Amino acid sequence: MKWARMAALGFLVLVSAACLLADYVAPASYAQQFRDALDAAPSRQHPLGTDDLGRDRLSRLLYGTRVSLLLAPAAALLSSLLAALIGGTAGFVGGWVERCMMAATDLFLSLPWLFLLVTVRALLPLNVSPFTSVVITFALLGCLGWAAAARVICADARTLSSSDFVLLARATGNGSFRLLWRHILPNLKPILYAQFWISIPVFILTEANLGILGLGVAEPLPSWGSLLRELESFSAFSAQPWQFVPLILLVVVVSCFHVGLQKRELSS
Amino acid sequence: MRQRLVRFVLLLSVALTTVIASAQSGGQLRFCLRSEPKTFNPVLVADDASETVRYLTGGVLIRLNRLTQQLEPELATSWKVGDNGRTISFKLRQNVRFSDGTPFSAEDVAYTMDRLMDPGLHSPTGDAFRSGEGKVITQVAGKNQITVTFPAPIVGLDKLFDQVAIMSANSPQKEMAVLGPYYVVENKAGSYLLLKRNPNYWKQDAAGRQLPYIDSIRLDIQQNRDMEMLRLVRGEIDFINSLDAEYYDKLAAEAPNLVYDAGVSLDSEQIWFNQIPTAPLPPYKKAWFTSTNFRRAISESINREDLARVVFRGHARPAVSWVSPANRLWFNSKLPPHPFDQKSALQILAQDGFRMQSGTLHDREGHVVEFSVITNAGNKYRERMATMIQQDLAGIGIRLNVVTLDFPSLIERIARSFDYEACLLGLVNDDLDPNSQMNVWLSSAENHQWNPSQKTPATAWEAEIDALMRAQASTLNMKKRKQAIDRVQEIVWQQEPFIYLVNKNAMSAVSTALHNAHPVVLRPQVYWNIDELTLGTEVAGNR
Amino acid sequence: MRILIRHAARIVVVVLLGGILGATLVRVAPGFGVDEQELDSRLNHESIQALRQSRASDGNLAEYYVHYLNRLLHGDLGTSRTLQQPVRQLLAERFPETLKSVGLGLALGWTLGLALAIAPVMSRSWCVDLLTSLLAGVLLCLPAAVLALLFVIAHAPGRLVLGLIVFPKVFRYARNLLAHSASLPHVLTARAKGAGGFRVLLWHILPVAGPQLLALAGVSVSLTFAAAIPVEVLCDLPGIGQLAWKAAMGRDLALLVNLTMIVTIVTLLANYAADLITNPLASGKA
Repeated sequence: MKWARMAALGFLVLVSAACLLADYVAPASYAQQFRDALDAAPSRQHPLGTDDLGRDRLSRLLYGTRVSLLLAPAAALLSSLLAALIGGTAGFVGGWVERCMMAATDLFLSLPWLFLLVTVRALLPLNVSPFTSVVITFALLGCLGWAAAARVICADARTLSSSDFVLLARATGNGSFRLLWRHILPNLKPILYAQFWISIPVFILTEANLGILGLGVAEPLPSWGSLLRELESFSAFSAQPWQFVPLILLVVVVSCFHVGLQKRELSS
Repeated sequence: MRQRLVRFVLLLSVALTTVIASAQSGGQLRFCLRSEPKTFNPVLVADDASETVRYLTGGVLIRLNRLTQQLEPELATSWKVGDNGRTISFKLRQNVRFSDGTPFSAEDVAYTMDRLMDPGLHSPTGDAFRSGEGKVITQVAGKNQITVTFPAPIVGLDKLFDQVAIMSANSPQKEMAVLGPYYVVENKAGSYLLLKRNPNYWKQDAAGRQLPYIDSIRLDIQQNRDMEMLRLVRGEIDFINSLDAEYYDKLAAEAPNLVYDAGVSLDSEQIWFNQIPTAPLPPYKKAWFTSTNFRRAISESINREDLARVVFRGHARPAVSWVSPANRLWFNSKLPPHPFDQKSALQILAQDGFRMQSGTLHDREGHVVEFSVITNAGNKYRERMATMIQQDLAGIGIRLNVVTLDFPSLIERIARSFDYEACLLGLVNDDLDPNSQMNVWLSSAENHQWNPSQKTPATAWEAEIDALMRAQASTLNMKKRKQAIDRVQEIVWQQEPFIYLVNKNAMSAVSTALHNAHPVVLRPQVYWNIDELTLGTEVAGNR
Repeated sequence: MRILIRHAARIVVVVLLGGILGATLVRVAPGFGVDEQELDSRLNHESIQALRQSRASDGNLAEYYVHYLNRLLHGDLGTSRTLQQPVRQLLAERFPETLKSVGLGLALGWTLGLALAIAPVMSRSWCVDLLTSLLAGVLLCLPAAVLALLFVIAHAPGRLVLGLIVFPKVFRYARNLLAHSASLPHVLTARAKGAGGFRVLLWHILPVAGPQLLALAGVSVSLTFAAAIPVEVLCDLPGIGQLAWKAAMGRDLALLVNLTMIVTIVTLLANYAADLITNPLASGKA
């Protein structure tokens, strides 16, 4: 599996490099509209063709990758860390602390957070840059996406805190913080990796869906979510193959994350 | 021998007539509503779905024929507008009954007018009749004659009755007892409505057969337009009343005989700038937006031909005025199209002290010309238009930020907080008479979007528009009205408080199983002659 | 009995809190109290003012909530502004539809998820692991709208989309939990002693991952409810998910408060049930 992991990491590095160097690699600006070449097929000038406003698809994919590949994993990491902190602490401490924290988590899962997103957008100035707006959106998603995993982590932490090795560690004089940090959290990795892996595409698609409410990335800045929205209509089924490249790229990148993390997970 | 022949021919004729009649009658018409109707009370109708139900079930005194655009008698066999538009007298059709058998008479018309004009109900249809202070008086003269008197003249008075579905004063079913071709039988919340033919419907065809031909109508609640299109192709529904450009092209590629483009509609898309003095905007931006030169320059920088061609796939026309060219009577044909000339736009801006610096436009105080335009999220066409305008304005160094908002947030900004800079929205217009837009053009009105509810007109040209609109509303002289409306269009063309972008085409799709459908520009585009539609035996299958 | 009463009391408190917080989020959000009808050019000044006035009554949140609780005690859940119907009637008509969808979604999601999570653990084949992960990855990356359209084109019930949305999440967690449990020393010992694959799974792997899987089961109920919203909107299924979307777009406070409380109750019940099964004694301790 080592070769698979190397290949996955190599691909991620390649994609990251391509999008960081988009200013040099992209055939055109992501915003430029070639209005005489709408929905054009791939050509030398436009390797992945153009979209319905005549914008070069490859350019938009490169710049969109820059946005999504940077922000979605960051938001996923944030939600995983919050889940680990809250779920881990609740499960480790137990008792009324656990019950209160889990009740709060259940409440958190039930609230209509959509309105918070709408409110935050309303508080931002209208002339905020598209990148700032999408960073805030992903940050909010990261802050809101921890609750489901926290529940599972709490159950795991609860089991771990009554396991033999933790009892032994406690008996040898380890304090609570050390127990949590050195013995409990490392064993929560399988759940945390699952949470991280799931969150990346979920946040990307959520950002796309939030576009219906004006909360996604603002034009003309592209993101994977906005590129995937093209496939959400009936026209997707008479779509040309190159229109599926963003979806294929997302699947491959998400798979690379999985393969890249897998070895560590199995060896822990 | 001769007698046998005659008998044979007679029998054959009867048989053929029966066959033809049975082939043309019966069946269930199916189409989709985009949302659930909010009310079945015809005086409270304000949303599209409720309007559809009202059209299918409501009996009106006068009907506007959507094809000929002429008024036709319905429940009123004749009418007379008098006293310079203050009164209207109806002679009503006799021996008509509601769907539950209750007899129809002038008392029902009086009752309906009473409900419509009830100040507590705030009926949108009723507001169109509110011409001045004072009560509306109805005088019933016998079972079949009634005169309605309004406190002040109303232009196009007779045409307004096309929207007034008569309610029964005496029926225990209240508003569910109807005079139209169908009545509501079943309403499955969130799923569908079932309408059945009204057994007491008064209308007959030329051969004396009672209308409507189709037995029942099933209205499925379907918000998703992709699903709606799929269902039409599969033959699960019989038509799509209003088709977007993108879906028109998709369907036209697969089944060109299903689609209809009736030409340019009355609807328009426009941008306006916030000119409200108390808006929370910096003073320099207020100065930009209130400058006619600035607005004219923005207008000249926008490529309307491209908007029509790219966003609407050619199924739209660059707009000239607030009156669509589809409105042949009222459109000011002397107005030239708005030019697309960015060089000229920069020259106009230079008159106000704007200048280019390193590819960016600055005002006379050195501020970078940057502003935002809000539009409703989820509307692909408006989002695309805004993106194209963003590129167009970049051509003259202006930075435009496109902000899409969900509709309630947008309404809050444009109608309550006024915290916005520019807005891109559309106008859905069902009425040919420009008097229906009084509440947009009067400077004191709430819907005078760029600067609503003014105590006194802020500019001389708005004062002129106020005077012209009031003048055309107070006379029935068509020539004078036309002159006034033409002049208003001229002022709007010059001042551009609304920068009109495009007029969209009216497009629909009709299954080959549906006969006698003649899609038109006015709503409802396909089923305006619902009582004459028939369903054939062939089904629109896969192509 | 005491434990049950304590749980019930906790649920009531959290549900009421959920209602207040939900109402607060809605009230504070922009667009509250506005009506699309205000843009109707037929309406005159008085009508528009009357429209605004009718919406202003929900403005004071504390007052609204007190009146709401008072009505709730009499079984009245209020009236929906957007649909002009009693909330109770709307929920009664639509809840069964969502229950059907959620039930089916959970059943399909868990069946597929657990089955495909067990497969690589039992086979210990990286190929199986890669293929199952790829399948889950593809489904996770496909927008719900695309899935819904695929189902409609295939004449399959739109509800099943929920199962495909839930499956990758269940799969990912379950696969990692089971893989982690399978790598523990006691499992290696059991295998070395000749225990068959099925026995090892049932007696040594599943019990270790059990509490976490049960917690996941509890959480997956609320995740499925949340996923039901876009699926019902896309497939035009008249359930409470579609209702929730309409209520959100119309800032319909009465509907949203009730829906928030319902979702809170369902989430709490599901998670408490999972906790009770996992740790009945621990749950009972104060």
